[in-house]
Amino acid sequence: MNKIISKEFFSENVFKMVIHAPDIAQSRKPGNFVIIKMGKKGERIPLTIAGANTDEGTIDLVVQIVGVTSHKLSKLNVGDTITDIAGPLGEATHIEKVGTVLAAGGGVGTAPLLPIVEAFKKAGNRVITVLAARNKDLLILEDQIRENSDEVIIMTDDGSYGTKGLVTHGMEEVIKREKIDLSIIIGPAIMMKFAALTTKKYNIKTLASLNTIMVDGTGMCGACRITVGGKTKFVCVDGPEFDAHQVDFDEMMMRLSAYKEDEAVAYENHIASLT
Amino acid sequence: MDIKKIDIKQYYKDQRRTEWRTDIRKTMKTKERVAMTRTKMLEQDPEIRNKNGLEVNLGLTEQLAMQEARRCIDCPDPTCISGCPVNIYIPKFIKKIEIGDFLGAAKIIKETNSLPAVCGRVCPQEKQCEAQCFYSIKLNQPPVAIGFLERFAADYEQNSGQMATPEVAESNGIKVAAIGSGPASLAWATDMARMGYDVTVFEALHEIGGVLKYGIPDFRLPNSVVDVEINNVKAMGVKFVTNFIVGKTASIEVLRERGFEAFFVASGAGLPRFMNIPGENFNGIFSSNEFLTRVNLMGAAKDDYDTPVSLGKNIAVIGGGNTAMDSVRISKRLGADRAMIIYRRTREEMPARLEEVEHALDEGIEFMNLNSPVEYIADANGRVKEMVLQKMELGEPDDSGRRRPIPIEGSEYKVPVDVVIVAVGVSPNPLIPKSVKGLETTKWGTIVVNDDFQSSIEDIFAGGDIVRGGATVILAMGDGRDAATGMDKYIQNKIKK
Repeated sequence: MNKIISKEFFSENVFKMVIHAPDIAQSRKPGNFVIIKMGKKGERIPLTIAGANTDEGTIDLVVQIVGVTSHKLSKLNVGDTITDIAGPLGEATHIEKVGTVLAAGGGVGTAPLLPIVEAFKKAGNRVITVLAARNKDLLILEDQIRENSDEVIIMTDDGSYGTKGLVTHGMEEVIKREKIDLSIIIGPAIMMKFAALTTKKYNIKTLASLNTIMVDGTGMCGACRITVGGKTKFVCVDGPEFDAHQVDFDEMMMRLSAYKEDEAVAYENHIASLT
Repeated sequence: MDIKKIDIKQYYKDQRRTEWRTDIRKTMKTKERVAMTRTKMLEQDPEIRNKNGLEVNLGLTEQLAMQEARRCIDCPDPTCISGCPVNIYIPKFIKKIEIGDFLGAAKIIKETNSLPAVCGRVCPQEKQCEAQCFYSIKLNQPPVAIGFLERFAADYEQNSGQMATPEVAESNGIKVAAIGSGPASLAWATDMARMGYDVTVFEALHEIGGVLKYGIPDFRLPNSVVDVEINNVKAMGVKFVTNFIVGKTASIEVLRERGFEAFFVASGAGLPRFMNIPGENFNGIFSSNEFLTRVNLMGAAKDDYDTPVSLGKNIAVIGGGNTAMDSVRISKRLGADRAMIIYRRTREEMPARLEEVEHALDEGIEFMNLNSPVEYIADANGRVKEMVLQKMELGEPDDSGRRRPIPIEGSEYKVPVDVVIVAVGVSPNPLIPKSVKGLETTKWGTIVVNDDFQSSIEDIFAGGDIVRGGATVILAMGDGRDAATGMDKYIQNKIKK
């Protein structure tokens, strides 16, 4: 169990791993995540499940290298096993036929967006997806998103691919053009904040899938707490999806930075220890 | 049930009449026994222990244990046993200690208690067995130190290298499962294995032991001590599956298809409560669960572990329970100059064990009683820097029988803090109740069970904090044992049909 079946780099810092985890592959639904931990002294980090193959009993994880744990994970090879994987956690996305769905993925957020796009498409919705990245090299899973969307709009910060501009520009273009019944946004907190402001302007029901700091991932610790509609919620058990218009993204960003300095130091030391 | 009670009384009588017990009673007059003073627990010096993570209580020496054992007069009607949720045959094991048969003493304890080294350390004996001791109820004198003696026997056995694994009946091949691997489950699993069942325990975290591992710190209960007891349960054939969240990784329905005949839900009271006051989500403010999990389970305070934890010079812990005491004492050990307990009532009403409060005081913990936080203030980066406390006074007793704290208007003042740990209680973990249709729960989210600890769904039993909502290790273990009896009855009846 937990054996790495394949590993593929999408860009220098983003990679996909297919991992043998049959129970999780069987039970997972779009929107779910897992907690992984490597070695006895490792930390527990949440990673959203990007896909699964029930016949093979595998799950797909798409990971961006941002710190010690994601770096350690990137150094594991096919055939290695991950010490601990627990899941699927969180509430699954509520999938139904609503009409037209506007999906927006920023950076590595495209990975968890994929199964959701896939499910909404299967449920008979018209799905328009806006993918945004800093540049062409950082854009991931474009082909898979295209297969499951009626239309795909690509936005890059530097204009190296698709249209130059932010995710919100692409979204607004669609919103002005046709009636949107539901919007789903996944990406960095700052991107979700502005994407949510955009859809709010047009009164479009919007869901955001949040990725916060977690420890146990089962509701036990409250590290992942955020404010939604003035109430404290736990991303791990109440989410990870919430009404994007109710989420206090500023607080979320503040909480995400809780260990920023410690993490930077730990990462530097970790990299130094490898050379 | 009544017949069982008569039988057990008769059993105690017969046992008491055995030759070795009669002989030992003759070695010393009762009058001499009761004239002895209660043994004191050996402790690490407070000024040394508040800077290391080692165990505070050091245990009794063989000599001290035998001396304390002599205080027990081996009553004809041993009332102490009625105070024990798992009915340890207390006088018998104490008399074994008196004659120096320490391994024999451990064996007797383990007939009904699978975690003696744990219980000897964390049980509130002063409210249980020791409260029912002849000394307490008849002589109004300090009771026999049953807890110290239990710990002594258990430690002696652990250190002897001759751990006795409880005997198990021949396998009946019937698969049963527990959800959660804390004290309730471990007690349940031991009894089920003893009866010959094929036992699997599913644990959501990466470590076995539940609250014994993530909650209780090493200076009160070393993880190594817990591991020895868990290994003993493993030696009985109990299988443990970590990283398996029943209701998520696989549903109870799927586990039924995999051949499990009955389930014991002991998923604990995992959800932390917050006070919902302004600023409570600032960085540097934790639930006690998070703080304890980071430090105890994840090794956050150790350099070579990856998990971080915020620390600082001024650490405030909100609450007056055992969890609050654990959190504040850890804070002191991790270098806080000022480790404070903020409690809205007074020492009298504190739910923490007296021993823990006294240890905390000895270690230099500051108790700010009759205070309650009303707001937190952060720096520009969102890191907490001050708490606003409001002074309280005590009014009339409330539902809990304790005097109700009443805020004093206009008494607010600020105290600098680097870290705040909120230890104001926990709620039952909703994961299982949410994932099982038709499972009856109370409005507090605890699972409703009958006298056999059976839930509204016949093959699902439950015990510990998921039923009680927040109690003690030993009450959870008592539930586990009773649930095992109830589950066996259910399965045997089903087979007869």
